[in-house]
Amino acid sequence: MSVFKVFGSLVKDSLATITRGSLRYHIWMGALTFVMLVGMYCYSIQLSEGLSVTGMSDRVSWGLYISNFTFLVGVAAAAVMLVMPTYVLHDVDFKQAVLIGEGLAVAALIMCLAFVVADMGGPSVLWHMIPGIGVFNFPNSMLTWDVIVLNGYLFLNITIPLYILFRHYQGKEAKSSVYVPGAILSVFWAVGIHLVTAFLYQGLQARPFWNNALLGPRFLASAFAAGPALIILVLAIIRNFTAFKVQDRTLRKIAMVVTVAAQINLIMLISELFKEFYAPTHHSESAYYLFFGLHGKDALLPWIWTAIPLNVLATVLLTFHKLRNNFKVLFFCCFILFIAIWIEKGFGLIVPGFIPGPYGKIVEYTPTRIEIGVTLGIWAMGAFIFTILAKTAIGIELGELRYKGKSKNV
Amino acid sequence: MSTNKKWYSLNFGRNNEKPSGACGCGKTSGGCGSHGAKGHQEPDVNQMTDQEFAEAAINASIGEETKKDGFDQVFDVKMDRRTAFKKLTASLLIGAGAVSTSCSVISGDDSKEKAQIDWEEQFKGNYKLMSDDEKSATVDRLMRSYELRTGKNLSMSSKNAEEDVLFGYAFNISKCQGYMDCVNACVEENNQDRNSEMQYIRIHEMKDGQGFNFNEADDNYYHEVPAEGHFYMGTQCFHCDNPPCVEVCPVQATWREADGLVVVDYDWCVGCRYCMAACPYDGRRFNWSKPEVPEEEVNHNQHYLGNRMRKKGVMEKCTFCVQRSRTGKNPACVEACPTGARVFGNLLDPKSTIRWVLENKKVFRLKEDLGTEPKFWYFMD
Repeated sequence: MSVFKVFGSLVKDSLATITRGSLRYHIWMGALTFVMLVGMYCYSIQLSEGLSVTGMSDRVSWGLYISNFTFLVGVAAAAVMLVMPTYVLHDVDFKQAVLIGEGLAVAALIMCLAFVVADMGGPSVLWHMIPGIGVFNFPNSMLTWDVIVLNGYLFLNITIPLYILFRHYQGKEAKSSVYVPGAILSVFWAVGIHLVTAFLYQGLQARPFWNNALLGPRFLASAFAAGPALIILVLAIIRNFTAFKVQDRTLRKIAMVVTVAAQINLIMLISELFKEFYAPTHHSESAYYLFFGLHGKDALLPWIWTAIPLNVLATVLLTFHKLRNNFKVLFFCCFILFIAIWIEKGFGLIVPGFIPGPYGKIVEYTPTRIEIGVTLGIWAMGAFIFTILAKTAIGIELGELRYKGKSKNV
Repeated sequence: MSTNKKWYSLNFGRNNEKPSGACGCGKTSGGCGSHGAKGHQEPDVNQMTDQEFAEAAINASIGEETKKDGFDQVFDVKMDRRTAFKKLTASLLIGAGAVSTSCSVISGDDSKEKAQIDWEEQFKGNYKLMSDDEKSATVDRLMRSYELRTGKNLSMSSKNAEEDVLFGYAFNISKCQGYMDCVNACVEENNQDRNSEMQYIRIHEMKDGQGFNFNEADDNYYHEVPAEGHFYMGTQCFHCDNPPCVEVCPVQATWREADGLVVVDYDWCVGCRYCMAACPYDGRRFNWSKPEVPEEEVNHNQHYLGNRMRKKGVMEKCTFCVQRSRTGKNPACVEACPTGARVFGNLLDPKSTIRWVLENKKVFRLKEDLGTEPKFWYFMD
């Protein structure tokens, strides 16, 4: 019996599972497909007209795409907060959640890559970046580091769950000696992807708003808050709509991770604000622009003043055990924390880096409808991929999907 | 890239300056299908009988392996990645050629040649790593392509940096009156996109008595100059000796030439705009749409690294008019300046005007604390 045969059967069974489901499931997938198609249409306009259809300009040359990319790297890295306790510390409470977390990481990474490609001026010459065929400016360019770590992390997060599910699919236990080394590697790798992505910005002496030693650590803290917050929400939905059992204890433990990370994130935020506003220098202008506006230009004020109160409120609520252990409050907190960090680390981080420009020029940035369409399309694609992965994984874990070829062979 | 940097940077045994003759794949032997003329021997699809075409196609795709049988032809072949890529390109080309030959009734030889040039241009290597032959091959292709499209000729150079030349620039703040003749000359010389009004040079109008206060300056004025109570200061790419934009480029599409010019290979750029974020001097411009220059305004005296036509989605920047400076002329902005505020020359020539300025004037540079070492100095009378 060859491995390929089992794998073929797995793909066939998985296809059968993901194409069948309740009406609600079909509506969900249909809606995602529609949004993806709209996104593809918007992208086709961008391809034929050029990036001029976006709100970006020579003054603000990165926008919504790179903002979402940065945020999603954090979501992907957050899977480590489940991987480490399960595979390395052998905490059984996380075992149910870890496959979902890894599925989320895969979806987030694919979205990251899609956002980077969407942001490229010449997607047709992207092969210039492939090591060996093109010219890979390693190790000088942090972007090449990012290409390596993101793809490596994607590989790890596909292979480990695939191996485990593949064994379970055949009704066997997964051998820990096979996947634990990979899991340990992925723990370091997760920290790596986020630190490297932070270094992408942190290493630019031209942009004082980013050129700040706290950027990397703060990326990690906010990632370990926003990512597990999303995982909690996803687990809550899954246990509501499927037979997959997720214990309360698991959610509580993940909530603890979110809480600690959110607290650290808040401390770092205070430290940053103190540095920018206690003794403001020429380099604090971007922060001034972000929080108070400069010379009457204040496009980011509504965003950041939504994010900060949500962030503080969520962190405070989560800090009290009683409130955190109430699931209604927990889900609410996770939701607002996710939104807050999406704003803060997306828009609130990328756009002010360019404002004011190198010579003090303030040109604001507003995404266009086409840009928003492409962005929504990519998010829908991420949700679509995650749904497929999760449905297959849950099917196998519940024992609904099993390899049947064996009996025929005997 | 300068070899004596002030700080340490990881190198992992790689040479920054790869031996010339290598292309993007980093190998010197053979072609990767990207070196046109001498890279590989595609059959000339246009002037062949079907018989010859079939033979040539077999020859190009399997070559000397014709003596082997069956799978051996395909699988039992010593092939490095370079060769594999070359063969893949060759067979794809033949496939594409065959399809277009069989399907098209009206397309003439010209359009086929154009398609072939477009194909080779799409898969050529990085200019930085090309040998001189490869450089002139791509320049020939681009000139021929222009001729096929417009029926006009242009001259494009691939002249390399000369030895003992390091270009530098000085700007006399006392002299500049803000006439912007430099900006106009630059746009005309360098074939910049007219639709988006792209300009490499920005002239900042500053108020007297406030010092060099860029925040209060206006770089987009439309009134009579010189305006009362104001002085003028121009910025453009400073051609740093330690350029941050070069370090960050993921594909080495931008680099510092031996004569100090920081240039871009427009055909190698992937359009990620990381260099733009890394530049502290607002020196880089991006083609957000397809750049357009009316045919009668195109400057036909071009250099591959300079003012040749760009395409949508790539970076470009001031090159100190490489097409002029490497032939001993001043950049267009220097020539156009009616006040003599702009000085350009060879920093290694002790008798040059630029050296005289550096030695006799109190010069300064912008944002020196960033360690970028611009080769653009400001001074006052």
